[in-house]
Amino acid sequence: MLYREAGDFKTSYRADGQTFPIRLDRWAYYAAIAVAFLIVPFIINDYWASAVFVPFLIYAIAALGLNILTGYAGQVSLGTGGFMAVGAYAVYKLMTAFPEISIVIHILLAGGITAIVGMLFGLPSLRIKGFYLAVATLAAQFFLVWLFNKVPWFYNYSASGQINAPERTILGFAVSGPAASASTKYLVCLVFAFVLAWVARNLTRGTSGRKWMAIRDMDIAAEIIGVNPLAAKLSAFAVSSFFVGIAGALLFSVYLGAAEVGEAFGINKSFLVLFMIIIGGLGSIFGSFAGAAFMVLMPVLLKNLLVGGFGWPTDLAAHIELMIVGALIVFFLIAEPHGLARLWALTKEKLRLWPFPH
Amino acid sequence: MKLTFTAFAAATLMATAPAMADLVVPNLSYRTGAYGANGTQYADGFNDYFTLLNERDGGIGGEKIKVPECETAYNTEKGVECYEATKDTGALVYNPLSTGITYQLIPKVAVDKKVLYTPGYGRTSAKNGKVFEWVFNAPANYWDGASVAIKYLLDQNGGDLNGKKIALVYHNSAYGKEPVRTLQDLAEKHGFTLSELPVDAPGQEQKSQWLQIRREQPDYVIMWGWGVMNQVAIQEAANIRFPMENFIGIWWSGSEVDVVPVGAKANGYKALTFHGVGQDYPVYDDLQEYVIEPGKASQGGEHVGSVLYSRGMYAALVISEAIRKAQEIAGVSAISPEQLREGFEQLDITPERLEELGLPDFGPEIKLSCDNHGGSGMARMQQWDAEGGKWSLISEFTEPDQEILAPLIAEDSDAYAKEAGITPRDC
Amino acid sequence: MDQMIFAAEIFLNGLMTGVMYALVALGFVLIFKASGVFNYAQGVLALFAALTLVGIQQGQVPFAHMINAVFGTHVEHFGWTVPSVLAIILTGAVMVLLAFLIEKLVLQHLVGQAPIILFMATIGLAYFLEGLGDVMWGANIKNLDVGLPQGISESIEGVTANWFGYGFFIDRLDIWATVIAALLVAALVAFAQYTKQGRAMRAVADDHQAALSVGISLRFIWVMVWSIAGFVALVAGIMWGTKSGVQFSLSLIALKALPVLMLGGFTSIPGAIVGGLIIGVGEKLFEFFIGPMVGGATENWFAYVLALLFLVFRPQGLFGERIIERV
Repeated sequence: MLYREAGDFKTSYRADGQTFPIRLDRWAYYAAIAVAFLIVPFIINDYWASAVFVPFLIYAIAALGLNILTGYAGQVSLGTGGFMAVGAYAVYKLMTAFPEISIVIHILLAGGITAIVGMLFGLPSLRIKGFYLAVATLAAQFFLVWLFNKVPWFYNYSASGQINAPERTILGFAVSGPAASASTKYLVCLVFAFVLAWVARNLTRGTSGRKWMAIRDMDIAAEIIGVNPLAAKLSAFAVSSFFVGIAGALLFSVYLGAAEVGEAFGINKSFLVLFMIIIGGLGSIFGSFAGAAFMVLMPVLLKNLLVGGFGWPTDLAAHIELMIVGALIVFFLIAEPHGLARLWALTKEKLRLWPFPH
Repeated sequence: MKLTFTAFAAATLMATAPAMADLVVPNLSYRTGAYGANGTQYADGFNDYFTLLNERDGGIGGEKIKVPECETAYNTEKGVECYEATKDTGALVYNPLSTGITYQLIPKVAVDKKVLYTPGYGRTSAKNGKVFEWVFNAPANYWDGASVAIKYLLDQNGGDLNGKKIALVYHNSAYGKEPVRTLQDLAEKHGFTLSELPVDAPGQEQKSQWLQIRREQPDYVIMWGWGVMNQVAIQEAANIRFPMENFIGIWWSGSEVDVVPVGAKANGYKALTFHGVGQDYPVYDDLQEYVIEPGKASQGGEHVGSVLYSRGMYAALVISEAIRKAQEIAGVSAISPEQLREGFEQLDITPERLEELGLPDFGPEIKLSCDNHGGSGMARMQQWDAEGGKWSLISEFTEPDQEILAPLIAEDSDAYAKEAGITPRDC
Repeated sequence: MDQMIFAAEIFLNGLMTGVMYALVALGFVLIFKASGVFNYAQGVLALFAALTLVGIQQGQVPFAHMINAVFGTHVEHFGWTVPSVLAIILTGAVMVLLAFLIEKLVLQHLVGQAPIILFMATIGLAYFLEGLGDVMWGANIKNLDVGLPQGISESIEGVTANWFGYGFFIDRLDIWATVIAALLVAALVAFAQYTKQGRAMRAVADDHQAALSVGISLRFIWVMVWSIAGFVALVAGIMWGTKSGVQFSLSLIALKALPVLMLGGFTSIPGAIVGGLIIGVGEKLFEFFIGPMVGGATENWFAYVLALLFLVFRPQGLFGERIIERV
């Protein structure tokens, strides 16, 4: 009744093409942004930042990146963990080599380096398709992890091969290192996530996005209508890796503070991010966020409920948690195979007609 | 939907936040995942010793000890979550049993003012208390282990390892790489050749490594493994008929779960340890009476007396002694982490004290100070008796070669101090 | 000369390791061929089968840990042990039941969905089974012993020592694995070629709709295929479990099967075997010749890079069906 387009007149093409055509959506979006920027930073504490918000935002960035590649351009990738490692190690080398330059520039550069590496590993996508490509990107995953583990230059010759993020500041506030406060960490990640989501939204609805989707739907047909598959696929790999690299850089410098490549950027990470976008919804910006929220929040919630709420032994709770997460994934797929984003869209659709569904 | 989730999360969190009271010693354990089988036994020993103190003595200095457990699955991100979830509940000290999580927590504990106790694992150079104010890794660290192993071999060979070949099979991770530099330096000093054989996690397939060992026929093999890698390595060693008594594991490669699956062929395998084994200690009578029989043992008491159980118990013992010391110094029973840190720095566990605690000759003497957070680094050798199904101690506690280790520790801790911008304090 | 003899030994061992990889890959291929599902849960299936086998063999009470936690009891074992053969048959029955449940509760509701969605469903399944296996049988390392021999084969060592002056190392377990894998493949091929159900299975693999239209029950075929894959997982679980004990890491062997699949093609049983052999030999020889120069531990990535190189020249894998694209 309240949620409808009626009465919301568009008088220009610009207004017609906007992301949130319904007024209530727009308001909800502005409200969410306002809460995220103006309220959350003041009430957040270390636990909420470290356990929920910071990982959620970082994974959302990674999921956005992978969604561009897989959801929009149709190239399934299981190299996300490896590309995140590239971002992390790039930012580490930059931070320690040029301590006087702002960390924001380092993070962006780390994204750029990852983009180049991503393009390199994206080359086989011109020949290899579908699941074969997914498995081929695993070559990137395993090779990169091995490389960072093996070549001491990457970890500044430390004895054990661990990398530690030194303290760096933005405008006088520590963002990396142990002294960084919960709200600064959160705000830095939020700004990156917000800007990158905005970029992703605008890229995907512009020329490049259309090209990607054409390639996704059928690459031969796309080629016939004049989309250059080389440019489209490699640009998707580049943009996607840029996002993923930034996520990796943030994960290491802002969130974890110390990392070991095999453990922090292993194959599990690649799968985790892929799960996020499939659960969230392929080819959807909102889906990237929803999927990241699901995969980050769900385990924490279940753990708190089962161990804290019911007082179960921790191992039993952890196993049951796995079962519940697995069952939920299957349940969501059966209920709505196209992910949380579609579920959300359907809800809105129903809401728009409510209370007169016919 | 997200909103309801958040509200729900908030509600559950509120409900579960433990009240501030007692002495809180969180147990960041892992009972699931690739290393769950090892982590479970350690966590049980850790829990049971504190239960014993609570049941028998009413806690330490009249204060009950609370040991909230949090599952990390050996995963650094979950480890951070566990740390953040417990740190505001009055937690005194952390013992995460994971090199990765330790590295993560080292900078954090310095800011949050919590003690980090990593017996036999973690960052080796944390022994330098001038740089790592909040971290303790007594009684022994990895480099101590490497050195003690070589000393043992020197002993076996009449003090001369010249021209001998030693192979190091290691977990290809931060943990496994720890001893490499020490062993290289020792190789130079004693004139043996060292070949390094990394094994990628999880380590189920080690055929290449063991074929290489079979070809090169080293005199000794030293192993730095964890989880499934251990038992596969021991199995492969048995397969190529490598003499088990020339095969030495670090303490994390020397528990029942590593040798039992291999059966009789594992007989004679040796491993380092920094504490006693078996149930022939008076403390087990008390454990039986106060913990196991009343049914209060952690997870049913299935693993009582195993190597990893003993190690968890030993970690709990050192922490409890530090708490006692801290109470003594501070003159209050409800101590703060700062006071516990003082307690650790002045910790002195003598053989007599160990005997009083019902564990005679269980561990080396631990005497810490402001600049020495790692103790003497003494360790001893144990050997597996497959027929009897038990480990037996075959050497006395041996001091590591500080001549080699001290400069390495100084170098590594200085590098950390520089990187993290810490000025080492005066001691 | 020595190098060549060593290389020959490594070649043989690589072949044997390849068979072990192929065993895991086989399960993937069966399901992919018959239902187009890329079954991520295959590794977990092997773990679950091995756990169940050990549990039954040693007379463990299922869900003992949970029962104890909830009711405060102390049940662990029934107090009997089951002979290996019977335990294997019982575990096979459990795998059939599991296949039935998977079809009934999951796949049935997802008929006609895109491959990526079915893939995702198997990921959910993998999570679920991983948790279920641990809750049912506990998370400690279990010793699996069904009477397979293990250790160096002395006869081969003696013979080769006579020939080359250097005795080759071949694990008896690997020889057994090869024999069993050969029997398994022969049985599968015979089943597919000469039985009614086998022919129905091949028909479904060729074309779902055509198979449906001639009256083949898709559901029955799916249950059957998942049962067979469960059985293959059981065999793989026994082999790997004997080698390294039954515990969580067993589920990670699936990662070793992926390059094999890429190389051999997702739809070809001979492809899985040949792919396994190539990967096994390739990664071992690479580690032997190049590994020492770059610091070792190359096996994990080399398998994938090798597969990637193959794919660049044959995008459908070695034996995969030719990809024909029409606009």
